[in-house]
Amino acid sequence: MLEAIILTIITAATPLLLAATGELVVEKSGVLNLGVEGMMVMGAVAGFAVTISTGSPLLGIVGGAVAGMLVSLIFAFVTLTLVANQVASGLALTLFGLGLSGLMGESFVGQPGLKLQSLDVPGLTDLPFVGKILFGQDILVYLSFAAVFGVSWFLNRTRAGLILRAVGDNHTSAHALGYSVVGVRYLAVAFGGAMAGLGGAYLSVAYTPLWVENMTAGRGWIALALVVFASWIPWRAAVGAYLFGAVTVLQFHAQAFGVGFPSQFLAMLPYLATVVVLVAISGNRRATLFNTPSSLGKSFVPDR
Amino acid sequence: MKKLALLAGTALALAIGAVSGAAAADKLKACWVYTGPIGDFGYSYQHDQGRLAVEKELGDKVETAYVENVAEGPDAERVFERFAREGCGIVFGTSFGFMDPELKVAKKFPDVKFEHATGYKSAPNMGLYNARFYEGRYILGQIAAKESKKGLAGYIVSFPIPEVVMGINAFMLGAQSINPDFKIKIVWVNSWFDPGKEADAAKALFDQGADIIVQHTDSTAAIQVAEERGLKGFGQSSDMIKFAPKAQMTAIVDDWGPHYIKSVKAVLDGTWKAEDVWEGIKDGTVHMADYTNMSDETKKLAEETEAKIVGGWNPFTGPIFDQDGKERYADGVVAPDGDLLGMNWYVKGVDDKLPQ
Repeated sequence: MLEAIILTIITAATPLLLAATGELVVEKSGVLNLGVEGMMVMGAVAGFAVTISTGSPLLGIVGGAVAGMLVSLIFAFVTLTLVANQVASGLALTLFGLGLSGLMGESFVGQPGLKLQSLDVPGLTDLPFVGKILFGQDILVYLSFAAVFGVSWFLNRTRAGLILRAVGDNHTSAHALGYSVVGVRYLAVAFGGAMAGLGGAYLSVAYTPLWVENMTAGRGWIALALVVFASWIPWRAAVGAYLFGAVTVLQFHAQAFGVGFPSQFLAMLPYLATVVVLVAISGNRRATLFNTPSSLGKSFVPDR
Repeated sequence: MKKLALLAGTALALAIGAVSGAAAADKLKACWVYTGPIGDFGYSYQHDQGRLAVEKELGDKVETAYVENVAEGPDAERVFERFAREGCGIVFGTSFGFMDPELKVAKKFPDVKFEHATGYKSAPNMGLYNARFYEGRYILGQIAAKESKKGLAGYIVSFPIPEVVMGINAFMLGAQSINPDFKIKIVWVNSWFDPGKEADAAKALFDQGADIIVQHTDSTAAIQVAEERGLKGFGQSSDMIKFAPKAQMTAIVDDWGPHYIKSVKAVLDGTWKAEDVWEGIKDGTVHMADYTNMSDETKKLAEETEAKIVGGWNPFTGPIFDQDGKERYADGVVAPDGDLLGMNWYVKGVDDKLPQ
């Protein structure tokens, strides 16, 4: 039973983790992209469409990442080149993504999809208990963890990561030092778009191999909350995503087990847990402020 | 900011969907208002299939139009009013929450005909229509009780409204007619539409020992989990056999086509009047998908029950007891429609507390 629960939690947490890791990098560069939901749903429809057309779920997830990246570039153009308000543009991106994905996906409604296979390691996957959990996952699950470690290493241990953080903390100084603020932010937004697209593709190719309009059902917003929850530290985003996934799945088990709680209360638990942790974290103001990108959400116009 | 506004405008236009142009003078224009996207492959999708059936059946005598994703509330009133002004001869409001806005507009435009699905308020020019899905759920219950090896089904539900409670009760009555000790585990996902959560709920129910899954949510996610695990389940709203060729035993399919054709024809013939129709398997509004992936004996039983229901028998025929063992309907008494439409109690044997 425990093994089954853990397996379900992994699938529930992976799309959140992928999207949150991407958004974390975007916000570290000082850009607030509220369009995660729109990018995810575009990734979901493109992932499904490519999978169906080519017969390859692997190409499908690549297609999802590309689609997420493409729509994120619209956002980047509007907010970085045209210097529009980031909050309004991000919300517009969500609406745009939901509408466009519905239009694109019309002919795919009601078609069964193909499921991304797990990468089984002969011998290891058959180990009792840990086998399926550690060695029987699909490539996106491993990728989500690789992304957490990769982003963590990039932000803290590389020069490029330092530049990205500098841009996010004080874009005027970074510009004065000769770094291309807009260039760095374009790359960060594109990375965030690709990761959100992967998260969306995970939904339509691995989690539930089907396409229906609006299938992300709010997961983009949860990913956004997770970034704040993680106070912009990658491993905490992973903890947050798994905590959220765990509470979601466990409340279903509690219901099926006949725990006499109202289901609405149980459904509320994941969100309640998020709020509680946010409050706990914000108690330590210095640590929180230390990690918060100071230029978050502020537009930047180079003064030549 | 101009560009931004343009972008947002485009997105909204896409989200709201298209409304076709003005009607030609000699044609009847029939119009539909949907609460969800027609791409949900569930409730709104099936209503739109009904609209297409009207187009197919009546050809160039009618012209149809629809608006999807209409929020229940003031927005809906604007959509109904616009349709009435644009020359629609008959307007169908397909969701419970459209009841009040539709009624308001119907009173304002006495010459336009209106029909509202699943509600209870009417007017001289506003009729009601609904489907007796519970008839299908009784059959599902019998099939589940016959085919389940563990005598335990998992039941995924959205919100505790009478329609859903009625469905659970009908399912249990069907199951108990075969196996009096049959049990169900109920999981509320508090959403009509979230494929991920539906899949998680299905996995949780299977992990806790159910070997058959029943759903009153719209996506194909749950039955796909059943397919993956080699277990069984039922489709909902649409025939989902393509998603689960080995797992789907049958599906309750909403087929609004026959009713829409009848209504639109009546308007064309000038015989339409506001009615209160609640149709079921007999009229073709509720349609059972092919019985497969079950023993011949079960299939025969399901077909017999279906025939019995077509013959006029109501699954809510007493004796029926509630959870506390109180007799709600005495032997041979049929529950009146009004009771069913307001049902807020479980039948005996349901091991769940109804969220209030």
